[in-house]
Amino acid sequence: MSEPFLIGEDMTGGYGAADILHGCTLAVEKGQIAVIVGPNGAGKSTAMKAVFGMLRLRGGHVRLAGEDITALTPQARVAKGMAFVPQTHNIFTSMTVEENLEMGAFLRRDDIRGTMEQVYTLFPILKDKRHQPAGELSGGQRQQVAVGRALMTQPKVLMLDEPTAGVSPIVMDELFDRIIEVARTGISILMVEQNARQALMIADKGYVLVQGANRFTDTGAALMADPEVRRSFLGG
Amino acid sequence: MLNALVAFLNFVFVPGLAYGAQLALGALGVTLIYGILRFSNFAHGDTMAFGTMVTILATWGLQSLGISGGVLPTALIALPFGILVTALFVLGTDRLVYRFYRKQKAAPTILVIVSLGVMFVMNGLVRFIIGVEEQAFADGGRFLITAGDFKAWTGLKEGLAIRTTQGITVVTAVIVVVALFWFLGKTRTGKSMRAFSDNEDLALLSGINPERVVQVTWIIAAALATIAGVLYGLDKSFKAFTYFQLLLPIFAAAIVGGLGSPLGAIAGGFVIAFSEVTVTYAWKKVVTYLVPADMAPDGLLQLMSTDYKFAVSFAILIIVLLFMPTGLFKGKSV
Repeated sequence: MSEPFLIGEDMTGGYGAADILHGCTLAVEKGQIAVIVGPNGAGKSTAMKAVFGMLRLRGGHVRLAGEDITALTPQARVAKGMAFVPQTHNIFTSMTVEENLEMGAFLRRDDIRGTMEQVYTLFPILKDKRHQPAGELSGGQRQQVAVGRALMTQPKVLMLDEPTAGVSPIVMDELFDRIIEVARTGISILMVEQNARQALMIADKGYVLVQGANRFTDTGAALMADPEVRRSFLGG
Repeated sequence: MLNALVAFLNFVFVPGLAYGAQLALGALGVTLIYGILRFSNFAHGDTMAFGTMVTILATWGLQSLGISGGVLPTALIALPFGILVTALFVLGTDRLVYRFYRKQKAAPTILVIVSLGVMFVMNGLVRFIIGVEEQAFADGGRFLITAGDFKAWTGLKEGLAIRTTQGITVVTAVIVVVALFWFLGKTRTGKSMRAFSDNEDLALLSGINPERVVQVTWIIAAALATIAGVLYGLDKSFKAFTYFQLLLPIFAAAIVGGLGSPLGAIAGGFVIAFSEVTVTYAWKKVVTYLVPADMAPDGLLQLMSTDYKFAVSFAILIIVLLFMPTGLFKGKSV
């Protein structure tokens, strides 16, 4: 099997002296959705940050399309085609929706209107609210702005840290639908999710992390079917 | 009745408007630095003094070459030069001093103390170069409307005088504020500054270069400081110590408006200026026109001597911090 499009391999590291990740491996294929689930404190978000270069690794590598990007800063990774949506503080609250999207495309010097139209097609509500400050929007709409901002760089990989945190179940379903749509356009998606059950349903690949290490790795459907995974992590 | 209105305009409104515009420009600089670099820049008053000093020196240079602005003060021609030198000076300060602490991710409190150090250095530098005495450098026409003309024109007993410098102050302030808001609202660099001020981490994730944002901010702050300083100097006079003292009303204005909010800085500037002027103005004249002759007041009707004008900004500052910590326009809390 050829190497996945993006892979964080055997990652070990943490914020301070103590390691949080212990030989954790995450990967995503082109146009597929990979979901990271696991109990609180398993290091899901930390693993995500490690892949994006927001954490110094003491061991392991991150490769994008075969190129070793372990030493690159997050900004340099954005230029390489990676986009990251943090869990919180992921929009410019004082700026309008449209300005948020413009800032997402800050590195681009070409015409961004086409991409902006695509974002508006994906999230029609944002077009209606494009001149409104993003901070005045509802939780679900804010998440749409956050994802839209990240899509403005025309990334090859989109990384989402708990995109459905704090939104209602209906909004969550809709967000997941949109995420599938994004993946269909050929963008790889790597995301951390609290709502493990729903997330694994849309996942091509699922990673169950426990204490900074891979516990189970399989397709989303296989993990859903695994009785041990069900009992321990999906609540029966 | 009309006389009372004219006296009010002449002694309260017009001076308050000009002073407010000067404070607003100063507070805009403070608020921008706070929004982007996240510390209160105590050196701002002395940056104003430095910029004004350079402009005065350039004005003298121009005058000795026989160049003058005609009706307008020569200082306006020298102003771009003053802005340029001040911008280079603060960029140098940033490179030498602030960048070191930024790299260390120093706490805002440390940066405030650092700016205090920069303030003392600039303070000394300005006094060393131009001296501690007052320097008047306004030339050109003195008045747009003189009290005498106004009286002859309207037949009123009370005159309204508008000095050229007051007119220039207000016009310049309007132009500068419009230009600044256009820059922040419409240009790519301006929007990236707002984005950086709003959410630094996300700005980094969007590929916005923090060092460039910081540099542009310093240049704009230097320009605002120089313009505010020169306008104040033209309107009153230049004295290093006065500029140092201006720090208090300027900070009061920025905080009253809400630190980090440009609109707030402008509103704050006028709130402080008008409060200072109304509280320290002797209302006897205005009231005498309004009430029947036998009720005319004996005293000056002055709430506070002008010597205490700084107490006004200080009192407003404390009241706002107590009851509205984020200011009128919901800035960042201090």
